[in-house]
Amino acid sequence: MAMNPKKNPMPTQPPEVRAHNFEEVATGYTEEIALAEAQRCLNCKNTPCISGCPVNINIPGFIGKIKESDFAGAVQIILQSSALPAVCGRVCPQETQCEAKCTMGVKFEPVAIGRLERFVADWYLAQPARTSSTDTPNGHKVAIVGSGPAGLTCAGDLARKGYDVTVYEALHKAGGVLVYGIPEFRLPKHIVAQGIESLRRSGVQFETNVIIGKTLTIDDLFEMGFEAVFIGSGAGLPKFLNIPGESLKGVYSANEFLTRANLMQAYREHPVTPIMKGGKVAVVGGGNVAMDAARTALRLGADEVNIIYRRSMEELPARKEEVEHVIEEGIHFHLLSSPVEILGYNDENDARNPKNGFVTGVRCQKMELGEPDAKGRRRPVPIPGSEYTLETDTVIIAVGTSPNPLIKNTTAGLEVNPRGGIIVDEAGLTNRDGVYAGGDAVTGSATVITAMGAGKRAAKAIDEKLMHSES
Amino acid sequence: MYQILSKKSLNPTVTQMEIEAPLVAGKAKPGQFIILRVDMDGERIPLTIAGTDPARGAVKIIFQIVGATTEKLNRKEAGEAIEDFAGPLGVATETQGIEKVCIIGGGVGCAIAMPIAEEFHRLGAEVTSIIGFRNKDLVILEEEFKACSDRLIVMTDDGSYARAGNVTVPLGELLEAGEEFDRIITIGPLIMMKFVTLTAKPYGVPVTVSMNPIMIDGTGMCGGCRLTLNRDGQKVTKFACVDGPDFDGYEIDFDEAMSRSRMYFDFERAAHKETCNLFAAQKEG
Repeated sequence: MAMNPKKNPMPTQPPEVRAHNFEEVATGYTEEIALAEAQRCLNCKNTPCISGCPVNINIPGFIGKIKESDFAGAVQIILQSSALPAVCGRVCPQETQCEAKCTMGVKFEPVAIGRLERFVADWYLAQPARTSSTDTPNGHKVAIVGSGPAGLTCAGDLARKGYDVTVYEALHKAGGVLVYGIPEFRLPKHIVAQGIESLRRSGVQFETNVIIGKTLTIDDLFEMGFEAVFIGSGAGLPKFLNIPGESLKGVYSANEFLTRANLMQAYREHPVTPIMKGGKVAVVGGGNVAMDAARTALRLGADEVNIIYRRSMEELPARKEEVEHVIEEGIHFHLLSSPVEILGYNDENDARNPKNGFVTGVRCQKMELGEPDAKGRRRPVPIPGSEYTLETDTVIIAVGTSPNPLIKNTTAGLEVNPRGGIIVDEAGLTNRDGVYAGGDAVTGSATVITAMGAGKRAAKAIDEKLMHSES
Repeated sequence: MYQILSKKSLNPTVTQMEIEAPLVAGKAKPGQFIILRVDMDGERIPLTIAGTDPARGAVKIIFQIVGATTEKLNRKEAGEAIEDFAGPLGVATETQGIEKVCIIGGGVGCAIAMPIAEEFHRLGAEVTSIIGFRNKDLVILEEEFKACSDRLIVMTDDGSYARAGNVTVPLGELLEAGEEFDRIITIGPLIMMKFVTLTAKPYGVPVTVSMNPIMIDGTGMCGGCRLTLNRDGQKVTKFACVDGPDFDGYEIDFDEAMSRSRMYFDFERAAHKETCNLFAAQKEG
């Protein structure tokens, strides 16, 4: 049988259809496609793909099970390393991780590992729910702060080992960035809910509406009998551009825009939480969050969506697959452009005009690429006299987030770096005994899978510490 | 779910409730706030804490029925429960080193001003309270203020009760007569807080204002509650939810805050009307 040099394409909703709904864009491999794609795996002895996975999933192992049509077996292999395969199969940047190391990728396209992971995870979710096997309770209590990818992974690993785990979440719904940030059309909320439900069945308790640092402090948790605490509170603090006009009505941080749309369901027909819909929308930034915001705005009924990014297409940090979707959906890129001012309506004759204070446009400056910076990305340099105005009704700022300072400010002696990230060692231990941290709270904005990897390492370290203290 | 322990109507548009939330009651300090959702799929709204009873695990909230969510909340009775109740959020009101304080509340803002006046009274400070309302029917908490104030001045805009005029009138008189407050703390409509600040300015009295902008999460995550401060000639952005809600009145850009507070005005008005119609239809049916 001739080897197919290309990945089996992912079935998707047509762009002209999906631009008007919040249903998932990629509909997933069928069994037939999955079996064909699995055949492309060479089952290399040295397993380079595993080294590219932040949680070290036995990739050739699970693909081998797919080849045998043993999907249950494939899932069990993945679950040994990852509690949320249906999430990772959708949102991991496989092209820079496992798939980047795939031997097939040297001459051809790599095996579509992410799509196969999603296929078996979705197959598993469609089966009747069952309680996953956990060790007998060991009587040790661990508290997890935040129910995003880092916290959920840490909770899952510890619960499986018999720990009594409680997850504290500040918002009214568990899931962290998976529910407030990543849109429905990329990660359906029922997928996240099922992941959380399976953790509940394995004994993890979830306490929503508890803001650690406010409702309870880290020290309170130790007094309550927890022996270790894992902080996975995320990078909740939005960055702004610090240019004039940023407080005009119609300017959102991506966090606010996406939280309104996702968590507060402003996309529904009769929303209870308002959001600006329609008109022209400009999104500033080039990451996955910027792409999510732009596509959400489009689905909310925008007439025109523009993405403003200060470097070129080549440097765009968003996943290639997402950028392709963005272009297919008719969203425009304004590359090598940087906003210098947001313009607003101001009726000088009528101070009470309700239009006053709303956004009318963004003043941008053209850039050219100069010398590479410390990270090797070419630095954008402003071109004098190149300013132009882009008309818009809404501006969404998606230029990153910083770690949320709530916990740092209320935890005596917890050390953070100058950017606000909690300082940890390789295992995730902070400078406070028994306090571990991981994910964006440590690194600043990164990816779901990196956070999961950190949660996993911390769970291992917590287990080693508490088991050691017992003997 | 969080149980409603008690409910009391303070005036036709203002309701007081005690909610059972022991963790919040154990930690809350005057000036802090909570975020609640009345029901599943409901909106998150911030409300300042109007008092606590930690022994009963009770947190007191006082709210004005202004929109769809407060309308729905007001339809709940004692014994029923609301979906979510999270807090305490924000930074507590600064009380250190203040021996003589003037507390100025306007309308439902008096609900937040009252526990702050009580706290200063408990700490032994000399408390002057000035509370203002549109008319006689809207006066709330007069007895409570009387109990914790060394001097209480009640004002109504239309003169239908007590003295006629705005709260800035007696404030100006006191300052002009040489009264020396360590701090003025004002809570109420933005326009009132702006003019309290302007009235105090010539006398150089520090003014603390309590801001209540539109917010969602209350933990610093969305930035929707951002305010512009003019600090030493520089514009500084602060988040009311984590940096406030108290701010230096002289630094706040009130005009911007007023503009931002009206961002969803049309939406909110329509949603409120729809909710009222819904309740009316249920009553008939």
